[in-house]
Amino acid sequence: MAERFLMKGNEALAEAAIQAGCRHFFGYPITPQTELAAYMSKKMPKVGGTYLQAESELAAANMVLGCASAGCRAMTSSSSPGISLKTEAISYMAGSDVPALIINVQRGGPGLGGIQPSQADYWQATKATGHGDFQILVFAPATVQEMVNLVGKAFDLGDKYRMPAMILADGMLGQMMEPVEIPDGSNTELPEKPWATNGHQNKREHNIINSLYLTPQALEKLVRERFERYEIIKKNEQMAEEYLTDDADIIVVAYGASARVSHSAVDSARQQGIKAGLIRPITLWPFPTDTIAKAAEHAKAFLSVEMSMGQMVDDVKLAINCSRPVEFYGRTGGMIPTPDEILQQIIKLGGEK
Amino acid sequence: MSTNYNMLLAGFGGQGILFAGKVIAYGGLNDGKEISWLPSYGPEMRGGTANCSVCISDKAIGSPLVTSPDTFIAMNLPSFDKFINDVKPGGTVIVDSFLIDRKVERDDLNVFYVPATKIAEEQGLKGLANIILVGKLFKETGFCTEEALYKAVEKCVPARKANMLDLNKKAIRLGMEQ
Repeated sequence: MAERFLMKGNEALAEAAIQAGCRHFFGYPITPQTELAAYMSKKMPKVGGTYLQAESELAAANMVLGCASAGCRAMTSSSSPGISLKTEAISYMAGSDVPALIINVQRGGPGLGGIQPSQADYWQATKATGHGDFQILVFAPATVQEMVNLVGKAFDLGDKYRMPAMILADGMLGQMMEPVEIPDGSNTELPEKPWATNGHQNKREHNIINSLYLTPQALEKLVRERFERYEIIKKNEQMAEEYLTDDADIIVVAYGASARVSHSAVDSARQQGIKAGLIRPITLWPFPTDTIAKAAEHAKAFLSVEMSMGQMVDDVKLAINCSRPVEFYGRTGGMIPTPDEILQQIIKLGGEK
Repeated sequence: MSTNYNMLLAGFGGQGILFAGKVIAYGGLNDGKEISWLPSYGPEMRGGTANCSVCISDKAIGSPLVTSPDTFIAMNLPSFDKFINDVKPGGTVIVDSFLIDRKVERDDLNVFYVPATKIAEEQGLKGLANIILVGKLFKETGFCTEEALYKAVEKCVPARKANMLDLNKKAIRLGMEQ
């Protein structure tokens, strides 16, 4: 095994992107994500890449659209208020079938909100990262190592399905250091992109990247085709981690930072003789419906734990068609739940049986 | 024996709280433990208090945010006042007694008073009070092996400040002697 060393989540995301073959970063600083851009500003020039601090978040996201249209691996990163500004361009990317990576190191909202960790952008990431009928791939790492692993995966799946992908992290994961092993990306082979607008040199028809379709019939057909692709993704790309779910009566569903805290709470519940388990969605879109629905065959109740007022809880209910009670516990505004707070919720659910 | 430390280090910005936390974290990592390091990054960092959570464990770490530490290093009075009542009973507390003119009133803690900032100035180790306290923490808890601790210092002192390496090691030794 290669030597493990300590790295901040934000820096690990940046290094992983470089190793995944990304050579074009467009950004704008915002806490708690800034180390990512700072790392890129140091490293990109050394690997022959582009680091560009744009005049605004929207400009940066549109630069990603342009760069990715030419077939390059491109990315941008920000935190919650900055992501809101980027959503116009993300919708254009989705409408133009252009793959790119967007990283959101979430902080408390709405508005400028605060700068402490939050998961209150779940709805934005999974339901409406911009206007129009579309989805993006959304990955939710829970450790610094997983941040590294999912960056490559997000780029690859984005390319495969020709759509934007997002890493939905939070201020805690971005700021913390953990041991990581970074894969050596020197042999990374990027896929061919025959659709890219990178110069036809009189050897092929010219390509067009566009999201404007004034004929309703044509636009409907295109959107329907895109949604057929989404169905394939829902079937093939769901990712979740299960912990002690086999015999669990009460299943906590939590992702990212709140999954880490929930993991400790599940351990404490087990010590008290409560059969608790944890399902940790790794993809938020596609949501790991299959894993959760399967668990509902034996579990008596579910508890969605989030750093928000309750957003993913809706998807848990939908995944099991409300066949079991689904409770919610959350902290918001930059607060992180404690293992004990979650344990008390598990006990409450366990006691009601 | 199983290892499980939930540490909190707190002081003013500029005292090297985050750096001390990083040395401790690498100490654990060099012994093959799971570790996490989480800094405060709020507006309080700008001129106010800085603090940092470090977890060392045999098992995967749940929440990296330490709210009830079993080990607490305090380098200024506001931090001391803010966190001393959060420390778990039986916990280890190390106080820079040159900067904190107050005794711990609780009687359920193992408290060690080290005038680290004064020692650092006298020994020509200005700015290394943080590392003296890490040395003391090592002596009192053995949170990692001695070899892992010195390797941690080597890892954390950047190459462009190589001249600081011996001073950091000296600070560790001084801390161990307290």
